[in-house]
Amino acid sequence: MSDAQDDGSPLAATEGATTPQDETHHWWRLIAIWVVLSAVLDPLFYVYAGPHIPPGTMTDTAQGAQFDFNVLFVIALPVLLGVWIYLVYVIVMWRASRGGPEPVGGPDARGHLGIQLGWILTTSVIVLFLAGFGTYELVQPGGAGGGQGSSPIWTPTSKTVLPIQVIGQQWKFTYRYPTFGGFETDQLVVPDDTTIQFNVTSLDVIHSFWAYQLGVKADANPDYNNVAYTTTKQLGSFTVRCAELCGIWHGAMYNSGQVVGPEQFQTWATSTEALLRKNTKLLPPYALTYTPDANGADGGFYPDNVDPYSKVETYGAKQPKGGG
Amino acid sequence: MSLAWKVALTTVLFAMGVAAAVVLIVNLLGTPPTVDFTSQGSGQPVNITLQAVGNYGSGSHPTWVSYLVQSPQGRWVHTTVFQVPADTRLNVTIINYDSGSPLRNQQLGQVTGTSGGVALLNGKPFRVINSNAGNGVGHTFSIPSIGVNVPLYGNNGNANLCGAAPCTTSSPHQVIKFSFTTPGPGNYRWQCFVPCAGGYLYGNGGPMSTLGYMGGFMKVVT
Repeated sequence: MSDAQDDGSPLAATEGATTPQDETHHWWRLIAIWVVLSAVLDPLFYVYAGPHIPPGTMTDTAQGAQFDFNVLFVIALPVLLGVWIYLVYVIVMWRASRGGPEPVGGPDARGHLGIQLGWILTTSVIVLFLAGFGTYELVQPGGAGGGQGSSPIWTPTSKTVLPIQVIGQQWKFTYRYPTFGGFETDQLVVPDDTTIQFNVTSLDVIHSFWAYQLGVKADANPDYNNVAYTTTKQLGSFTVRCAELCGIWHGAMYNSGQVVGPEQFQTWATSTEALLRKNTKLLPPYALTYTPDANGADGGFYPDNVDPYSKVETYGAKQPKGGG
Repeated sequence: MSLAWKVALTTVLFAMGVAAAVVLIVNLLGTPPTVDFTSQGSGQPVNITLQAVGNYGSGSHPTWVSYLVQSPQGRWVHTTVFQVPADTRLNVTIINYDSGSPLRNQQLGQVTGTSGGVALLNGKPFRVINSNAGNGVGHTFSIPSIGVNVPLYGNNGNANLCGAAPCTTSSPHQVIKFSFTTPGPGNYRWQCFVPCAGGYLYGNGGPMSTLGYMGGFMKVVT
């Protein structure tokens, strides 16, 4: 170390240390490795892994989510490779046993303005691009599949939209089909090649309707209609889960749904409408939100000893005398 | 404060902490007993009887609504966990001793997932109960993963209802019967979907959120 202090450079003090000429050589070597690996791995990922990235391609919103993820990964991979390649290269080439430079102190430990500026500029450009890309993808071309509230910013261009109401309650989802008499069922069946408008609400606490393979996720809030759109592109089954911790049986609040052909859907919907007609007559008229009416634990929001009968559409109708 | 007092106070606080931890762990880990129905003979239909009561009447939560399961020996067990064989016809009898009311969601008033899509109420077949009429619906017996849902017609709330379990048929009651075939091996959650936990937020806390009262598991084994 005394030698190093003599001429002010740790490089000169260490046997086999790199010289400025070597540094240039190292940089070109690092860049070459990085370019080759990025050029090989990025297309490999996009072509072979990309199509299998969840949530899949069952709907346009799922396709959008998959595309967005793949774009993010393709951009992030070279950054990751750059860091990892540099770290591995440093460990291999400049480790102490190979006579590497003094790791702490001296000019090598000081900042390099060019590298710092380059890093800040590069990462800023990437982050700003991704912010713009993400914002664009939220609304174009098919929406994001997320709940947009009761007044959606993005609405589909399709002229035929099938509305389906999703009703969350502790601890299951039920589904109403207003265009088929308003029947309500545990089953979620949707037709292929159709734009679906999910009207999501709750009868009690906050739930979250997450139709995973459909690329749809929307909070289910009591007294609120949360709208989410998607267009089906593929036949198959999908999973619905509650994605908001809603009580002890939250983990069991799931079911599966089906995307079927349009004719098969029509058959299912009309037969289910007929099968459930008797009970459908007992349901409240279809509305975007429902306020449970009967008071107390059996019906309404508890405690509710002030105004047990709401003025809006009700689930539960009248409280009978002597009822539980 | 003298050293002796500090030691005594620390010891007392430590003991209280340990006791609280033990109570918490026992309550969290404690599971109700399992009533076994697998010894009734392979391939034979299994008969199982439950009762629903408005107040359990004793124990740490005497005012809580609860289900009970009758063991094959005829003894009423305070539990909601029972074990049955796979791919077997299950004949279920539920005696409801509780009152009823309108359902928060009348969708639960339908019978689904049972043999023939029907159930018997005091011997008469039914597919739907209008919960806005008569005594309403007291509870449901539902196994969501296999689509079973049976509403239990309530008793008149003004009647002299049973106040402590196990109740006997000398009290006002409704008898609901239905059958279904058990699925493959596994643990299947079942529960009442009527938010019947009076005094709790939205009626879904307390007994609705405690194993052994209004929800449990049907353990299906080979």
